[in-house]
Amino acid sequence: MSKIRINGEKKSLSVATVDDLLRAEAIDPAARFVAVAVNGVVIPRGHWNRHQVQDGDDIEIVRPAPGG
Amino acid sequence: MYSPLEDALTIADKTFTSRLLIGSAQYPNNQVMLDAIAASGSQIVTVAIRRVDLAGGGETVLDLLEGDYHILPNTAGCFTAKDALLTAELAREALETNWIKLEVIGDRETLYPDAEHLLTAAAEMVRRGFIVLPYCTDDPITCRKLADLGCAAVMPLGSPIGSGMGILNPYNIEIIRAENDIPVIIDAGIGTASDAAFAMELGCDGVLLASAVSRAHDPVRMATAMRHGVEGGRHAFRAGRIPRKRHAEASSPQKGVIGT
Repeated sequence: MSKIRINGEKKSLSVATVDDLLRAEAIDPAARFVAVAVNGVVIPRGHWNRHQVQDGDDIEIVRPAPGG
Repeated sequence: MYSPLEDALTIADKTFTSRLLIGSAQYPNNQVMLDAIAASGSQIVTVAIRRVDLAGGGETVLDLLEGDYHILPNTAGCFTAKDALLTAELAREALETNWIKLEVIGDRETLYPDAEHLLTAAAEMVRRGFIVLPYCTDDPITCRKLADLGCAAVMPLGSPIGSGMGILNPYNIEIIRAENDIPVIIDAGIGTASDAAFAMELGCDGVLLASAVSRAHDPVRMATAMRHGVEGGRHAFRAGRIPRKRHAEASSPQKGVIGT
């Protein structure tokens, strides 16, 4: 179990990689226009299946939204 | 004969025939957004980068706009250079574009740019290979510094975001236009078509607006008005206005008037 923050929310999840994390949050890792940062660093999509999620990680998952 | 190509707007390595840039937020619904953006003739559309709603998926604004427009992500809502930089990096990853509309605000009441963080973020973004279009104050010094840092354009506000107050300091805008070689785009404060026309008459290279269209009673019609406002203002600027005078000057011939 890793205690992490996802988009500002504290969670305890049992996930190994960023890919696992996205699936656990019901986000399709193949969905377009999604980006992920871990501890302030963007993890390129190509690394999602091998980037390990660590205890204490602060994770941002974003996508485009209407804007001005 | 006038051709849009003959008077195209070039930002960095891209050329646009429209000088109106438009936002994608606050429309009554997606169809009105798409119709209004189409009516505006804009080729550049801004989007925000936001946390995924973990409770629900659905299509993004990009699914609707992709392919038809040059998408310009923004860093709206950021208060620090650090957050703006991470947002820009996330935008680059999510949208596969190195273009960024840089916004770093100082408070929620004025939404005024924080010049210190703005300059820090702009310098670092340019270093990291972004095409940076900063939203900034109508301050010639800040604009000059942003240009010197290598920004692709400067985008001074006409008046506060969403205020619809138009261009409050046209003299500064003229100075900014005269002092810089990169495009000057009025970003924020446009309320109606005459504001957009005025920006162009001042010599600005483009106008970026959002709520003036999306929150109008009829967004599609206002988008049309903005398109014509920008085009009319641009023509007027290039045509060269007559000087202002304190006295009248008759346009009909003075000779041959009957009864003289």
